[in-house]
Amino acid sequence: MSTILTPALTADWDEPTSFELATYERNGGYRALRSALATPPDQIIQMVKESGLRGRGGAGFPTGNKWGFIPQGDGKPHYLVVNADESEPGTCKDIPLMLANPQALIEGAIIAAYAIRASHAFIYVRGEVLHVVRRLHHAVAEAYQAGYIGKNILGSGFDLEVVVHAGAGAYECGEETALLESLEGKRGQPRLKPPFPAIAGLYASPTVVNNVESIASVPSIVGNGAAAFAALGTERSKGFGIFSLSGHVTTPGQYEAPLGVTLRQLLELAGGVRAGHRLKFWTPGGSSTPIFTDEHLDVPLDFEGVGAAGSMLGTRALQIFDETTCIVRATLRWMEFYQHESCGKCTPCREGTYWIVQLLEGLEKGQGSDADLDKLLDICDNILGRAFCPFGDGAVSPVQSAIKYFRDEFIEHRKYGGCPLDPAASVLFAEESVR
Amino acid sequence: MALSEEARARLAQQAAEIIGRYPRSRSALLPLLHLVQSEEGYVSADGIEFCAQQLGLTEADVTGVLSFYTMYKQKPVGEYHVGVCTNTLCAVMGGDVILADLREHLGVGVDEPTEDGKVSYEHVECNAACDYAPVVMVNWEFFDNMTPAKTRDLVDGLRTGMAKAPSRGAPRLCTWKQASQILAGFPDDQATGGHTAGEPTLAGLRIAKEQGWTPGSSE
Repeated sequence: MSTILTPALTADWDEPTSFELATYERNGGYRALRSALATPPDQIIQMVKESGLRGRGGAGFPTGNKWGFIPQGDGKPHYLVVNADESEPGTCKDIPLMLANPQALIEGAIIAAYAIRASHAFIYVRGEVLHVVRRLHHAVAEAYQAGYIGKNILGSGFDLEVVVHAGAGAYECGEETALLESLEGKRGQPRLKPPFPAIAGLYASPTVVNNVESIASVPSIVGNGAAAFAALGTERSKGFGIFSLSGHVTTPGQYEAPLGVTLRQLLELAGGVRAGHRLKFWTPGGSSTPIFTDEHLDVPLDFEGVGAAGSMLGTRALQIFDETTCIVRATLRWMEFYQHESCGKCTPCREGTYWIVQLLEGLEKGQGSDADLDKLLDICDNILGRAFCPFGDGAVSPVQSAIKYFRDEFIEHRKYGGCPLDPAASVLFAEESVR
Repeated sequence: MALSEEARARLAQQAAEIIGRYPRSRSALLPLLHLVQSEEGYVSADGIEFCAQQLGLTEADVTGVLSFYTMYKQKPVGEYHVGVCTNTLCAVMGGDVILADLREHLGVGVDEPTEDGKVSYEHVECNAACDYAPVVMVNWEFFDNMTPAKTRDLVDGLRTGMAKAPSRGAPRLCTWKQASQILAGFPDDQATGGHTAGEPTLAGLRIAKEQGWTPGSSE
């Protein structure tokens, strides 16, 4: 069988002390930093552009271009902010990465800060992951001690301070401008763009905000060359990425593969859908990406392939649901999440998510009408493209796609007077565990 | 609850250290709120006033910020605060059953400590451990692949001083207040301990190693 998985970021995760600086160095860590510091910053930016790396936090914006937008010689301080606020439902790649190999993130952050000429970097990590916070503090302390962070790094004349900043529970802070607001000590609500963070970000200064996995990919690009990274993946979606399989799958977990791999290939490696069941629906990149069904098993999981099939690659959070799962219940739960997490800044999202939940609750109980489905889609139309930030667009994805593929199942709830499926059939543990 | 003079002096020292990390002082507000929560277990009126004073903000400003974030509590929770993930994936895999069972088992409402002050609970949104669903958090440490029975045992242990170690996390579960210290940026000595890469974390890597697959082998 030809190579399907390509562990790069995940390669050393099975070592018991993979998170220690000494282990990271033994495995070749911090060689890329040495070579970067001997290279002009603009050349590093060029290298990241040539690698084709696109943001791994969901949007897929070319990372090198983002860095290139930072105005140089402007006399203002520049900032690097790592978005470690991993909260998109289904997404569970950055947390294991930071637990297992935080030094890859730190080395990437130092190189990125050097490239954009920032002397201050922040790692904004969600607060609800205590051991990750510990590991990050430990990694930063070790890097300071080794002279990789601080004044005159490795004699290069480059200075950098790195601060670990724990959030306090707000999905919206994963949106880059809301994250910046939060980092400035305010409510985590999004800012109007433009100006983009590259011009007016943290403290109104030029700022790059990058996802953990994007930044952690930088050492291998600088260390092995842009060409080696670009050799993997597809034409416009280069390199490797972590695919996270969860739910009704025999072996859930993290599978690192070149972009363009298919769910069929990944499921085959993961032992398929749980025994005795079949695939009903799945998300390609978290709950904010429209769901797919068993029709989409061969869609190449890259930005273009998933887009062409009507969804988004997002964060490669492959949540698998089998035929026991009620689509109405799944959609309702996602919408309760969006309603709970809507920051309240703009009306379409704040009010729209509320009304969608009301309607879905009725439909789940079998009290809805066919007109409710049209009403739901109408509300979605009034959120999509009309919200202040991408939260609103993401929030309508589950509703629109669920109705698109499973309209009959919504109607069946009304005919049946409730859910025709047994929720107990979906749970992963045996019945005797339930009292 | 009132912050004692001794506590204020001690917290002020820590606050100065936090503020020193940032180019602009207001950035210290979230860590400062974690800090006052580490003292009282929640953010009290005194805690708000303390934060405002340290940063030169109004108390209304501080309240406006703290009310936005779900991790700050405005009344006491248990020494061990349990979060049951009921976002879609965990809910379907069993989180809904776990939460319903736990509610009945503890007999208290959301964010309401048990009589002994030991345990409180709430539902949480996706905590980025979907490959270990259903997931339960205690003081923001991971308890993976949970069931209703395991969750009942877990909280019973917390109430009798027999706290289990997290599935992935620190070797010793710390208290809610201690956890808040870490979030404020003052980590304990447990960073290098504990089991953190469970089987799902390593699932793809194991297959690749068996097959001899590397990034180079696919070029």
